[in-house]
Amino acid sequence: MTALTDLTLVEARDGLDRKSFSAKELTEAHIRAVEAIRPLNAFITETPDKALAMAVESDARLARGEGGALEGLPLGIKDLFCTRDVLTTAGSHILDGFRPPYESTVTTKLWAAGGVCLGKLNMDEFAMGSSNMTSYYGPVENPWRRDGDNRPLVPGGSSGGSAAAVAAHAVLAATGTDTGGSIRQPAGFCGIVGIKPTYGRCSRWGIIAFASSLDQAGPMTRTVRDAALMLTVMAGHDPKDSTSATLAVPDFQAALTGDVRGLRVGIPREYRIDGMPAEIDALWQQGIDWLKAAGAEPVEISLPMTPHALATYYIIAPAEASANLARYDGVRFGLRVDGKSLDEMYENTRAAGFGAEVKRRVMIGTYVLSAGYYDAYYIKAQRVRALIAQDFDRAFETVDCILTPTAPSAAFALGEKMDDPLAMYLNDVFTVPVNLAGLPGISVPAGLSADGLPLGLQVIGRAFDEATVFRVAGVLEQAAGFTARPRPNGMAPLTKSAAQGAL
Amino acid sequence: MSLDKATVARIATLARIKIPEADREALGHELSSIVAWVEQLAAVDTTGVAPMSSVAQMTLPRRADAVTDGNRVDDILKNAPAAAHGFFTVPKVIE
Repeated sequence: MTALTDLTLVEARDGLDRKSFSAKELTEAHIRAVEAIRPLNAFITETPDKALAMAVESDARLARGEGGALEGLPLGIKDLFCTRDVLTTAGSHILDGFRPPYESTVTTKLWAAGGVCLGKLNMDEFAMGSSNMTSYYGPVENPWRRDGDNRPLVPGGSSGGSAAAVAAHAVLAATGTDTGGSIRQPAGFCGIVGIKPTYGRCSRWGIIAFASSLDQAGPMTRTVRDAALMLTVMAGHDPKDSTSATLAVPDFQAALTGDVRGLRVGIPREYRIDGMPAEIDALWQQGIDWLKAAGAEPVEISLPMTPHALATYYIIAPAEASANLARYDGVRFGLRVDGKSLDEMYENTRAAGFGAEVKRRVMIGTYVLSAGYYDAYYIKAQRVRALIAQDFDRAFETVDCILTPTAPSAAFALGEKMDDPLAMYLNDVFTVPVNLAGLPGISVPAGLSADGLPLGLQVIGRAFDEATVFRVAGVLEQAAGFTARPRPNGMAPLTKSAAQGAL
Repeated sequence: MSLDKATVARIATLARIKIPEADREALGHELSSIVAWVEQLAAVDTTGVAPMSSVAQMTLPRRADAVTDGNRVDDILKNAPAAAHGFFTVPKVIE
């Protein structure tokens, strides 16, 4: 029999219906798996007691025939989602001890559908990062390692704990959030599936804000079908989020027909960037060939503003972050560092509470919004953002979806790229434009690099057309037959020297 | 555009983050390299392009002006680093 931790979300739900095992047994197996992966540092807070209590309730509902879509299924939650009475940190020192008196809309929906909470997952501080190295709670280690090289690798970020926990089979699935690639890039680095839905598809209420015009929540899973199941539960209109879409949520699993015949797939020529490893280019071509073999029609397209997307993002996201993070002032929650005056208390608290990358972005955001620079930087970036969105609008007049690599490299070693913020920002070159345009994008594991690391392909769709994105992703998943696994269980502990070297 | 120490100090004050004098020069170099990089946007022709503040193509929803929440003082103060008599407390601001 398959180990309970090797089931997909959908298989586990079926097993509960067939009474092959109980929600309590399924949860106990995952609690043990969570303990076993502690060396990865994927969790900030484990909630085994809460998980068991929820599982017992799930078993009671299943016995009464009242099981929900995710009944009894153990999940991990990125520590950016507020969870009632459970420590919520956003990976930051400044939220020390914060136990929200409310529950985010997305997690409320997951628990209402029967989901079981295994705990809160590590992440880059305030979701700012592409390596999970900026967390106050320390780096997360990717369960994968290069062939013949035992150096620990980053899981990507910012949803690095989520990606590592899903890839290491400690949770059946996890939530992530994606502001510039924070679901898709770590999904790519860890060999799992992650979708950022259309802006407005999932409520942002109760998710700690980074850049409000870009942030979206989404599922991180081991299969496309699991992502479809979980997004169907997470999505939907919420009056508490004024940007939440009033559209009905389809059953996304119904989109997985396996039929892409006649579908026009855009291949953007600007995504062939200088210095991209040949194996990523080759994987991209492989993806094109798979879709062609399945009856789709590849079409070369142009998204001419692509080279300016990162710079646009690194004005808009820090600007919004500098405003959103103004609330962390030592008065209402979290850390307080005293000072002689109120202003000094603010300044001391924020100096001690924010890490280097968060300070950098708040400073950049404050600068581009300050008098004399607002028009030249911030308004200019908003104008270029409009052009980036128009690029996609124009492309979608002739194609039904767009295929690209997820990231320009495989996972890198812990500590690499830390001395050059700009090199780190390049990780998101293929994902950032999708956030700027508010479109849905999924990363599907599609192959391995020469040294044995997972590589992902990204499918981008029209606004609110996640159905096509899932349909194409399902065909890619089928063709790729990605079955490689990181070393099961026997992972070497993260040694003290390796951890120090990384910090 | 290069951010000198005085500019770093001014931005730090606006952002309410204490940046020690000794760190200002290095931080200025770091921020300058990012600002220099984003300045590439100046070369993009955006004549007649309206700034895009949100992708959500909707008007702000409205609802009846009614109280829908409240009377949760304990909930609200529960996470405060310092509170007294049903209020947040801060260092003295009036001499």
